[in-house]
Amino acid sequence: MGEKPKLRVTLLTGRTIEQGVGKEHGKSSKEYVESVSVCYMDPEDMKKLGVKDKTNIQVSTAFGSVVVKAQKSLRAPHPSVIFIPYGPWANVIVDPETHGIGMPSFKGIPATVEPAPEKPVLGLKELLELQFRKG
Amino acid sequence: MELLIRNGFVYDPVNGVNGEKMDIAIKNGKIVEKVNERRAKKIDASGMVVMPGGVDIHSHIAGGKVNSGRLLRPEDHFKDFERKTVTTRSGVGYSIPSTFTTGYRYARMGWTTVMDPAMPPLEAKHTHEELSDTPIIDKASYPLLGDWWFVLEYLKNGQIEECARHVAWMITATKGYAIKLVNPGGLEAWGFGRNVNSIDDPVPNFGITPREIIRGLCKVNKLLNLPHTIHVHTNNLGKPGNYVTALETMECVEDLADGDKPVIHITHCQFCAFKGDDWRTFESGAEEIANYVNAHSHVTMDMGQVIFTDTTTMTADGPFQYILYTLSGNKWVNHDVETETSAGIVPFHYRRKSFVHATQWSIALELALLIKDPWKILMTTDHPNGGPFIAYPRIIAWLMSRKAREATLKKINPKARSRSLLPSIDRELSFYEIAIVTRAGQAKALGLKNKGHLGVGADADIAIYGFNPEEMEPSKKYKAVRRAFKRAAYTIKGGQVVVKDGEVLKHMDGATMWLDVQLCEPCEIELNEDMKRRFKEYWTVGYENYPVTEDYLAVSHPITVKADV
Amino acid sequence: MPVVKAVTCPVCGSLCDDIELTIENGRIVKVKNGCAMCEAKFLGYCCEHRVLKPMIRKDGELVKTSLKEAIRRAAEILAEANYPVLYGWSNTSCEATSVGIELAEEVGGVIDNTSVVCHGPSILSIQDVGIPSCTLGQIRHRADLIVYWGSNPWSAHPRHIERYTSFSEGRFEKSAWRGYVTKIKALVGRKKIQSAIKRLVLKKPSQISTHLEPTFVSPIMRKGRKLIVIDVRRTKTAEMADFFVQVEPNKDYELLQAFRALIRDQELAVDKVAGVPVEYLEDVADAMVSCDFGALFFGLGLTMSGAKLRNIDAALSLVRDLNMRTKFIIMPMRGHFNVTGANTVSTWQTGYPYAVDFSLGYPRYNPGETSVVDVLLRKESDAALIVASDPVSNFPHKAAEHLAENPLIVIDPHMNVTAQMADVLIPSAFVGIEAAGTAYRMDHVPIPLKKVVNPPRGILPDEEILRRILAEIRKIKKKQEAA
Repeated sequence: MGEKPKLRVTLLTGRTIEQGVGKEHGKSSKEYVESVSVCYMDPEDMKKLGVKDKTNIQVSTAFGSVVVKAQKSLRAPHPSVIFIPYGPWANVIVDPETHGIGMPSFKGIPATVEPAPEKPVLGLKELLELQFRKG
Repeated sequence: MELLIRNGFVYDPVNGVNGEKMDIAIKNGKIVEKVNERRAKKIDASGMVVMPGGVDIHSHIAGGKVNSGRLLRPEDHFKDFERKTVTTRSGVGYSIPSTFTTGYRYARMGWTTVMDPAMPPLEAKHTHEELSDTPIIDKASYPLLGDWWFVLEYLKNGQIEECARHVAWMITATKGYAIKLVNPGGLEAWGFGRNVNSIDDPVPNFGITPREIIRGLCKVNKLLNLPHTIHVHTNNLGKPGNYVTALETMECVEDLADGDKPVIHITHCQFCAFKGDDWRTFESGAEEIANYVNAHSHVTMDMGQVIFTDTTTMTADGPFQYILYTLSGNKWVNHDVETETSAGIVPFHYRRKSFVHATQWSIALELALLIKDPWKILMTTDHPNGGPFIAYPRIIAWLMSRKAREATLKKINPKARSRSLLPSIDRELSFYEIAIVTRAGQAKALGLKNKGHLGVGADADIAIYGFNPEEMEPSKKYKAVRRAFKRAAYTIKGGQVVVKDGEVLKHMDGATMWLDVQLCEPCEIELNEDMKRRFKEYWTVGYENYPVTEDYLAVSHPITVKADV
Repeated sequence: MPVVKAVTCPVCGSLCDDIELTIENGRIVKVKNGCAMCEAKFLGYCCEHRVLKPMIRKDGELVKTSLKEAIRRAAEILAEANYPVLYGWSNTSCEATSVGIELAEEVGGVIDNTSVVCHGPSILSIQDVGIPSCTLGQIRHRADLIVYWGSNPWSAHPRHIERYTSFSEGRFEKSAWRGYVTKIKALVGRKKIQSAIKRLVLKKPSQISTHLEPTFVSPIMRKGRKLIVIDVRRTKTAEMADFFVQVEPNKDYELLQAFRALIRDQELAVDKVAGVPVEYLEDVADAMVSCDFGALFFGLGLTMSGAKLRNIDAALSLVRDLNMRTKFIIMPMRGHFNVTGANTVSTWQTGYPYAVDFSLGYPRYNPGETSVVDVLLRKESDAALIVASDPVSNFPHKAAEHLAENPLIVIDPHMNVTAQMADVLIPSAFVGIEAAGTAYRMDHVPIPLKKVVNPPRGILPDEEILRRILAEIRKIKKKQEAA
């Protein structure tokens, strides 16, 4: 087997209506967790990576790395742009630097994506324990 | 609680008291004939000036526009802040102080009643939330009604009484105090980026003229028996040549006058007393305005004095603020309010060396000195438009002292100086007249029966200033006058000592006054089907959520008014 | 069954106030007029993830305790702290925020609200440039051109378009809904025809589609309201648009400046800006200049990407410039239902909209220094109070880490992610459902929030909890002074 395919992309994070609805159900709800531990990708990009809908992928930036489920974007084409809804998964990899204005960078962060079918998407509890040793 | 103020030089123009040495007795927040001398707490005011608490008929201290100004200008606050103390909350100034600081600063100068003159009805709750957070002073606000679609439509159709009923509903629903008109018709036009240019210029889409709006609301005001007159910010404000518009505005309601009772208040008159064709030929129109006012009794006005400082202009006059932005290039906020009004904000620095600004400074003083009857011209800066209210002591000094005026005249733009009428005016106001232009006259124009005087039954709102008129000549010692008014020796609000030697002793709530306008035949306007339908069409807020409920007022002080409709 | 009318929806910054709720046995059973998020909130607020008892962390575990004890512990933490942060506020009432500010002043802490991580840059730009804006009804009555830039109301503010913009019915402008329906039908019809032909004739559809193309009037010539969407993705909102400009990520600034040049009739010497052909941009600029009343709404797509606040500077300047040619306004699409209120109260009481530092005894404001993410990244805070917010799930990991290390007090109805990290957790009533108050819509219109049902036994509103903590802190301080 050759080297794993890797894709350089731009990461956006943001709101989705599923996340908005899931949030109102409570942050521990299945709806919420499922709505924010995903990554929307351009189908062409998915083809390049050889991943299918619901395949686990690993998204990495200079600030961290997280496993989420790939999901075909209904808003394509947007080659080399990936989208993860706001939430604990996205936060692992966003840029904390506020550039002196108080706001970290939540959009337009350089990232790489690789298939990770063998790695699990962490549940909320595991994710938090891993990060904060509390909770 | 009983309080006795002894031996002060009392100035109480409403009751004809002119500097007599006398005692003032207070019980349960009111002025009374006498108190038990042994039990009463005593304040020794000997060698000091005693006046009713100051009243401000026009000062933008609360609401959406003021707050946008605060948000817009952190640089205004950095240089002027107040620390938290055991008794007081912290805050910031300068030209647009935070609410707590606003209350304290007025109280420190001996002012106890302040009217916020521009409340967009849709955002009235905001105004009231801020007023409730403005401590010590009593206050009220005027809803902006001169461009409200209901008013335009009813007046267009000649339905004065129907208009009056809706205005009554609106004043009570917004917990307002008077009818405010700002550039009538011009703000509706501004909705599409236009303006009106004279009182006879028709309002686009509505087929009505500013003249008809002013006259209509003046009649409505009379039908409703409101305590104050219509409060008018004229068309063409801030434009050279606009003194003609001001004269036309006053003339257009001349025939509606009832004997000697005023029917119109022209606010911050300095801004509409400009002569000349453009900024180069700009000059004072104060003499023409003063001549008119001296010959007529149906008008009151306030100055809108300009102070040489960095301030923040804010009016409901959206098109005027846009012009100010294009003139100054400063940052600009605009905020139009659906079916009702607009607003604009532009920071502004009045400079002594600017010909126009220096002339504006002169115009306001010319008006105050050339209008003979002090009951007709009241002292304001149109805070913060002409400058922050903390400049009042300086204005008092200019009014009382020719020497003080000359000291400033020396430093202003030479061309403005040479054209100013001030060197030809000798008049110097007395403490008695100062008491009129800063409290008695203001309260009278507002129809506030318990404010602005020290007669038995009046609210015990009193200011005591450390200046001895027997020993000092205010016209010569104008700096001492300034110091005295800057930090009152005592401010008494509702019978309680709230300020001593310029320091706030107590954080307490003041009341919010509003008119409960009762119609002849009670009609529940908000419940009628037509009103519900129109609410849906005109506003984006439901009729159930529109009115200001009384719980928005920290201390609610309704004043019942019986209307003739 | 009692029906409560004119309820204000406590979800997004649109604050729709026409919701009708049916109440049965003290529970909401039916929601009328609301969007999906509104329904989820009103029907689902009483979910299983609700915290019903105050909790305190003992030996690493959260255990139930009395309200009194929880308040005492919270007060102790705050009274002992040198530099606590008080954060959240955009999902509660103005009245609660007001007490929060008093509390921050009392303990000399930093009080910051969620705008710091959403429209904070917008506020900084407004402080530089100003903002020509208006209330939403003004747009409904007058706007014949709507622009959504970097915002996707279909997902984040679902009823915005219907209540306030393109599909609303105003005095001078009518709803564009019908035109939109016709367009969609035509599109669907065309697709059907194409696939039918494809099946029957087995020709490439592109070859024949030209003469089957329904004849649209060019969007510029068309009368009535027009909609422009500018976004990095073809969002659902974009599908409704007359113009969709797909800007390359992080290139909004270039695009805005290009528009500024175009509306001044300057020519661009390039073929493309931000990945968009200049001819197309010229058409869009034409539409902007030739409207009677334009409205530009911008979202986090503009504040969070690339040049951040410089994007907003450029957007505000563009709209300001447009006022030389026509009437144009601009408005940020505020997310949480009362984030505008949090800014508003903070501004009237302290002079500053967010990131207010009371450590010197007076309000100080310097976002980048006094803003919560920066305080956390510098690891300066030594306690935290979080009200109605979930920073651990919204902040970058590094900032959240220090927050979790602080003694942490959380006041929230939900067991959210931050609540799971709490040392003191005080459950509160849902503002706008179980507690009344005031909120400010994105256009600064204050709207009352109703109490429609009772909270569970023993659960208090945020405002009341904060008052009790403040009273307890003052008691502790008095004791310390006496000692």
